[in-house]
This record gives sequence, structure tokens and C-alpha cells, in this order.
Amino acid sequence: MSLQVATFIAVGLSFLLYLGIAFWSRAKSTSDFYVAGASVGPVVNGMATAADWMSAASFISMAGMISNMGYGGSVFLMGWTGGFVLLAMLLAPYLRKFGKFTVSQFIRDRFYSRTASAVAVLCLLCASITYIIGQMTGVGVAFSRFLGVSNDVGIYIGMAIVFAYAVFGGMKGITYTQVAQYCVMTFAYVIPAIFIAFYLTGNPIPQLGLGSNLRGENIALLARLDQVVTDLGFKEYTTALPGSVLNMLLFTLTLMIGTAGLPHVIMRFFTVPNVAAARRSAGWTLVFIAVLYTTAPAVGAMAKYNLHRTVTPGIEQNLDVFDPEASLVGEERPDWMRRWEKTGLLNWEDKNNDGRIQYYNDASSDQQFLASAEEAGWKGNELSVNADIIVLANPEIALLPFWVIALVAAGGIAAALSTAAGLLMAISSAISHDLIKGIFAPKISEKRELLTGKISMAVSILVAGWLGLNPPGFAAGTVALAFGIAASSLFPPLMMGVFSVKMNKEGVIAGMLAGLSVTLFYVFAHKGIFFVQGTQYTHLIGGPNSFFGITPEAIGAVGALANFVVAFIVKRFTKNPPEHIQALVESVRSPRGAKTVEGAH
Amino acid sequence: MAKEKRSYWSTTLRLLGVILAIWAGVSLGLSIIAAPLLNHIKMGGYPLGFWFAQQGSIYVFIILIFVYARLMGRIDRKFDVHEESEKKPNRSRR
Repeated sequence: MSLQVATFIAVGLSFLLYLGIAFWSRAKSTSDFYVAGASVGPVVNGMATAADWMSAASFISMAGMISNMGYGGSVFLMGWTGGFVLLAMLLAPYLRKFGKFTVSQFIRDRFYSRTASAVAVLCLLCASITYIIGQMTGVGVAFSRFLGVSNDVGIYIGMAIVFAYAVFGGMKGITYTQVAQYCVMTFAYVIPAIFIAFYLTGNPIPQLGLGSNLRGENIALLARLDQVVTDLGFKEYTTALPGSVLNMLLFTLTLMIGTAGLPHVIMRFFTVPNVAAARRSAGWTLVFIAVLYTTAPAVGAMAKYNLHRTVTPGIEQNLDVFDPEASLVGEERPDWMRRWEKTGLLNWEDKNNDGRIQYYNDASSDQQFLASAEEAGWKGNELSVNADIIVLANPEIALLPFWVIALVAAGGIAAALSTAAGLLMAISSAISHDLIKGIFAPKISEKRELLTGKISMAVSILVAGWLGLNPPGFAAGTVALAFGIAASSLFPPLMMGVFSVKMNKEGVIAGMLAGLSVTLFYVFAHKGIFFVQGTQYTHLIGGPNSFFGITPEAIGAVGALANFVVAFIVKRFTKNPPEHIQALVESVRSPRGAKTVEGAH
Repeated sequence: MAKEKRSYWSTTLRLLGVILAIWAGVSLGLSIIAAPLLNHIKMGGYPLGFWFAQQGSIYVFIILIFVYARLMGRIDRKFDVHEESEKKPNRSRR
């Protein structure tokens, strides 16, 4: 059986599974459609939330980013998991007790203001839409790499599948398909990792293998990897920092707070039956995410070691890296390298025409290393490696059977589809429930609202698909922005809504605007106004990363701080919220009485 | 009643404070600020600071959430604000 046939079978079977589940779990009421009838148990909800959370980027790119960044890659690991602690303690149980369908509905009622809610809907749509562009392109990439169809055809297939279960099933259909998708993607991620860990260290558990000695040698894998990468002019793997320590702290915090503020994640906690379940469910979510996230660093480090010893075999024979015999003869490179060269993800260019591959850091800060490299006749790094290769080609690098590679294909597609569906749910409920029912047509009947929900879902899929087919020029920089926006504008008002009885609408609106402006100002300075190239204004703020050496990805935490500070200052000078609002906050704090979730105003 | 409520809330806040302190201590403290120091200690093949950053902190987060859920349930019952259906989760409505 050829690889292509195996892949088609694996992906085809997974699609049949999703469609079967979709048919079984059609949405019959608005409650089914928005919150899956608020009857999903904490474990199942945890699994679905994990699938929702782990996107194509988590599945395909994260291990590669960790592989490139080494220790610095920990910002993603801690940032994208630590946020769930904030969510579990500060938001999920209280918003569940509040018992409405959407995030902006909480803002509107708690801050008795349509303006506040409109600002929140705006921030929410910004965050979700920037995020979904990345997911739709991810769907296209996953399909084209694995199935050999073009990017565009991949996006059309993805749209059709999501359409089938999201439009008819709503949150209910999405939740149960996500459970299936979680199983597919985790299985596909962990199996190759187990093989590769066993192969390199003799320990089949990747989390333990990463801390073990290399098979048959008396040196730890990580210690050896540190040696190899420093010999080749890269930063030491286990200590490499992204910028300064302060920047790493803020980057981690931004991702954590952003995670807790992303609407499509918060919404998941409206689907559980009660407050206690909301608390536990966040824990289960993290358990299921951790299965993949604690495996990722092992995959990253092991694939990196594998790659280096493939390209520079001399390191295993204890040759000096500058020894001409140490680097791989280009013509003898393995088949998987040739295969991935065709996709452009891997590229070898023999700059010094010696027929061998020199893979090293030609931008090293170590002058002595660069001098030795020049002396050895090296004319620059000859191998460019896209970060995605680390996961995509991992099974091939470890010489695993075809069915494992086919499984990775099904897993990558599952990851992209599940996140896209969750985001579409957040977008369509913001439109049908918050805008249409909340502002334009409050008297709409439940049946018509269900229909409206389905139509806005269908329209959202078309728009998302269109954006995926014609990604705006700024698509690449947007995921970082989504976290920045969520951290600086969405998390603080939600938290203050619960934890400060006296917080009023003036404070919260001023805070949201302040947080958002700080973040956008700094991001636009680096990436251009609305990401239009050529409009960067770093010179006005004193050069790139001028604010204490903070990179634009890490500014969200500063924005969140600005949000809190401004909100409390404005609150001091404006009048207290009305009595009934203060009573509302009191009731949200007490778990008793959380029964049903409903959308009535 | 109002006094009960206040004391329920301040007990809750104390619990949140402790858990958030551990949360920040492990992720920002041990995994980032103290990492260079901890890296001198080896746990198997892992430098300890690196282990906290890429493995340990995630395990601690999971434990924190479950500990929080359990202690919070206890506080709810102590102040008699727990949910009626908490003992047997309501699965009848599907």
C-alpha cells in the first residue's frame, strides 16, 4: 500500500467519524446550539476544550518552535497552559454561575451598558477573526501537505466538513466531534514520539526519555544536544533566552492572560451543568492538553538532535565539526530530505561547492567560531529548515511505517478543524446572539434565533474561508496580536466584573480602551499601522523594543496592567454602580442556584 | 447574612491568593528567574530549571486546579452556599 493510499484511508475514516457524530448530535434548540444544552460532563468538556484549544499551530508548529528556541520555547508551554489556572479560578465558575450564552452578555449586564458590551464585542471579533485566518490557512496547509491537493482545494474541503457539523450541530455537534478529534490528534502526536524516544534513549515515555542518557552512551541527551548546538555556533539549547529575562516573563504572562481571555475558550465553560463542574472541567482540560504539551519538548529536542546527527554525522564519530569529513555528502542525503525539499520546507544550497552540507549558525555572536568556520572554507549556512518539518517529517526521520505518517496527517487535519469550528462558534454567537438578538431584534423568537444562529454560522464559514483563500498581508503577525488583545482588553473587565463590586461602567470602558490602545500602539509601531507595510513608526518611540527591551509579542501584559490601573483611577472619580448590579455581583460569587443556562435578557 | 457572605468571600480570596502565589512562584520564579541557579542541579538528565520550564510547571498547574476545585467545594459546603446537585451530577437533561 502506498503512503498516499494509506493517508487517504486514514483521513477519510476520520471524516466519516466526524460526520456520523454530527448527524447524531443535531441541535434542536438555541440552548443546544449555543451551549450544548449545558449538559456536558466535566471530563468530556475538558477533552473538547483541549481539542478546541490545540490548533494546527500547536500540533504542527509548536514542537518546531521549541526546537528552534530551546529553553526560550518554554514561553509557549507555560503561557498556553498556565492561563487555564487563571481561567479556572478567576473566571470560569463565576461566568458559569452568571448563566448566559456569551461573554459580551456578561459585560453588558454586569456593566449595565451597551457601549461596554459593544466595545467587548469589537475586541472579541478582532481576536477571533485574526485567530481564524491562521486556522483556515492551517487547514489548507494540512490538506495540501498530506493529501497532495492544492491549498485552495484543501480550504474548500475543510469548509464543507466544518459546515456539515457546525451549522447543523452548533455547540453540541462541535463538542462531540471535538472529542473524537482530540483522540485522533493526540494518538497521532504521541505514537511517533514514543518511537523516537525509544530509538534515541531506550525509554519509550517521551517525558522521561528527554531526561535520559542517550542509548549506549554515558551522557544525557540534553547535555549532548547542548554540546552539539554550541559546537555549531547556536545558543546553548537548555538556556537560550528569547531576549531578556524581563521579556521572557512578560511574554509568558501575556500568553497566560490572553489564554484566559480568549472568548472561544471561555465559552466552553458555559456548556457544563454547574459551577463545581466548571472548576473541575478546567483541570481536565489541562490534563488533556498536557498529554500533548509535555510531549512536545521531547519531540522538539529529539528531532533537533536527530537532524544534527543526520546532517553532521561527524559529531557521532567525535570528529571536529570543522573537519571536512564531519559534514554529510549532499548526494548521500536520506530520502526523506529529498521528499521534503520538493515542498520547499527544507532547502539545501551548496554555497561553497564542496558537495557537502554545512548546517550551522552563520549569525553566531561568537567571533572565534565564525573565524574558524571561514577558515574551514564555509560560506554560510547551507540548509534552511522550516520549523513545521519537526513534526511533519518526524515519523520519516525515525523511519516509522506508513500508517504512522498517515495518522499524523489525520491528526494535523483534526487539530485545524476543531479549532476552526470553536472559533466559528464564538463568532457566530457574537453576531446572532449579541448583535442581532441583543441590539437589533430583541423580540426574536427562539426558533428564528436558532435559524439566525445557523445562518450567521454559515456566513462566518464563508467569510473565514474567503480570508483563508485570500489571506491579508498581515496574517502572519496576527496570532500574537490575538493574545495581546485578549490579554489587554477582555480578561481585565471580566475579572473586575467579578472581583470588584464597585467597579462601574465608566471605569471598565476607559480601562478596555486604555489596554487596547497601549497594545495596539506598540504592536503597530513594530509591524505597521493595521499591519500595512511601510507605516512602522519605531523611530518615534526610540527604536525597536525600546520599552525596556520588550518585544511586541510580550506587550499584552503591560496593556492588561494599564487596563486595571486606568479602570481603578476612573472608578474613583465616577459614581458607584446601581444597587441591583452590586447584588448581581454578590449572587455571581455564590455557587448555589446555578441551574440552567439561558439567553433571556 | 451579609457577614457570612463577607467571610465566605474573604476565605475564597485567601485560597486564591495562596494558589496564585504558587502558580507565579513556579512559572515565573522557578522556571524563569531562578532557572540559571536551578540548572546547576540535575534531575536525571534534566537541568532542574529547564525541567520546571518545560515539564514541571505544567504538572504543577494541573495539581493546582484540582486542589483549588476540591478546597473550594469544601469552603462552599462550610458556608452552605454549595449547589444542590453537586453530589450527583445532573445527567438527566440530555
